[in-house]
Amino acid sequence: MDLIYNNIKINAAGTLPDQSAKRKTKDHLFLTLVIFFSAITISLVLLIIGTLVMKGYHQINWAFFTQIAPDTFQAMMAKISGKVIPGGIANGITGSVYLVFLSSVIAIPFGLLIGIFLYENGNKRYAGFIRDITDVLQGIPSIVIGIIIYLWVVVHITHSYSILAGSVSLAIMMLPLIIRSTEESLKMVPDTLKEAAIALGTPYYKVILRVLIPTSFSGLITGILLAISRVLGETAPLMLTTLGNPVINWDVTKPVSAVPLLVWQFYNDPNMVDLIWSSTLFLMGFVLLLNLTSKWIASKQQN
Amino acid sequence: MNEFNSTISSPILSIENLCIAYEQGKLAVKEVTATVEKNSITAIMGPSGCGKTTLLRAINRMYDLYPNITTKGQIKLFNESIYDMSTIKLRRKIGMVFQRPNPFPTLSIYDNVLAGFKLNGIHLKRSERDEIVETSLHDVTLWNEVKDSLHKKGTFLSGGQQQRLCVARALAFKPDIILLDEPTSALDPVATSKIEDLLVNLKKQYTIILVTHNMTQAARISDNSMFMYLGELIEYEKTKTIFTNPKDSRTEGYLTGKFG
Repeated sequence: MDLIYNNIKINAAGTLPDQSAKRKTKDHLFLTLVIFFSAITISLVLLIIGTLVMKGYHQINWAFFTQIAPDTFQAMMAKISGKVIPGGIANGITGSVYLVFLSSVIAIPFGLLIGIFLYENGNKRYAGFIRDITDVLQGIPSIVIGIIIYLWVVVHITHSYSILAGSVSLAIMMLPLIIRSTEESLKMVPDTLKEAAIALGTPYYKVILRVLIPTSFSGLITGILLAISRVLGETAPLMLTTLGNPVINWDVTKPVSAVPLLVWQFYNDPNMVDLIWSSTLFLMGFVLLLNLTSKWIASKQQN
Repeated sequence: MNEFNSTISSPILSIENLCIAYEQGKLAVKEVTATVEKNSITAIMGPSGCGKTTLLRAINRMYDLYPNITTKGQIKLFNESIYDMSTIKLRRKIGMVFQRPNPFPTLSIYDNVLAGFKLNGIHLKRSERDEIVETSLHDVTLWNEVKDSLHKKGTFLSGGQQQRLCVARALAFKPDIILLDEPTSALDPVATSKIEDLLVNLKKQYTIILVTHNMTQAARISDNSMFMYLGELIEYEKTKTIFTNPKDSRTEGYLTGKFG
């Protein structure tokens, strides 16, 4: 197929209909490759979950959730007599819950407000600067955050490893995620809704509070849930800020345990190695639950 | 046009030498002067980009939201300058309906009608709320279609019903003027004719200013028509006169389909 442009012939043959057999083969080959790689990825996920379930489910019972971690002596006795290791990870679960709760209390208001600020002033010069800083914050290695918070909170504020220090470090990790998702969710609200509210005589701050935020609510919640599920499994910063605690602790200035910290603890103790499977399974299950919840909320909004 | 303006027997809105600029030096609306008659339907028509929507949005000061748009000149509602009023008071006297129906998706039909009150935190008794909703929905002939599903979200209605809901929402404050920006351009012909009948009925109680891309719509329902071109108000006359005997050649060119 030739095109004539000012007396120049340009060959624009490309793939013509009569090459359809070759194209069909290419299509099939591509489809096969896509299916192949997807299958590998899916099997990996299934293998991980499967391994955890197989190795960990027999440790999960009521005691798992209500009793604190055994010490190494109890574990050794149980192993010798062939019994199931006693205790559970209650101190880790309560610690994780407290840490994540407190870090959310710190991170969510800042994240939402900064997100709203970026949405409103998105095209000014300093907005780009703030976004760049947010990206840098997100890229800081978690152990670096741990060290800094060790200095600022553990040494100077609580004078001890503490829940407060752990929460602050987790909050710093949650912040960039919440800021970004807030700004993106607000951007998805059509301008026509803002204009409709303005035309009804609504002052602008009320437009934000009563139209923009409720309309983008599911996007905001999804961002928060994803930020939470991210920090639930963080271990490095917690090692430097909350250290761990053999018993349940509710004092914000004292150290506390957390599920990932317990996993590390169990891994390092030859008597308690078997416990790592159930605690990892729990962690995995909880994170999965949060992810599925945020997907469900997102789909509800679509309808 | 000044002759026509002086023939308006009961003026409600007067626009005096209005200029609107998007950027430095680029005027979207140039020196528009017009007086709108009370209880009439005034159509603003013209080809794309002529400034008709820009003019409409200046009347309820939508441009306060966009600091890079500047206006010069005067607009008076019942002889009071709209720039002297608070925007909240102004927008209760002048309501607006947009091109694409935009009911609030998180609110029910009932709450959508009351949105003006709810968003402003105005507290009403249950009986007052019911009264406002029923009257407004009756006025837009939507009551019988939705009276059994008032608690459902507004987005479940058809396009035409959603647009009538938006009109009801604008009527809830009993404004003096209703501004409509091409309200039927996104609707099918059946829904369009329902809205047109509705507007003809509403003019007994309200004054209607309607931007339309469709000159036959202007011919069907409006009392007075403005023709705008490249930001200028070329001709403003009774609709019958402007369609049968346009004074300006540009008006004639637009109406006979030579351009636009």
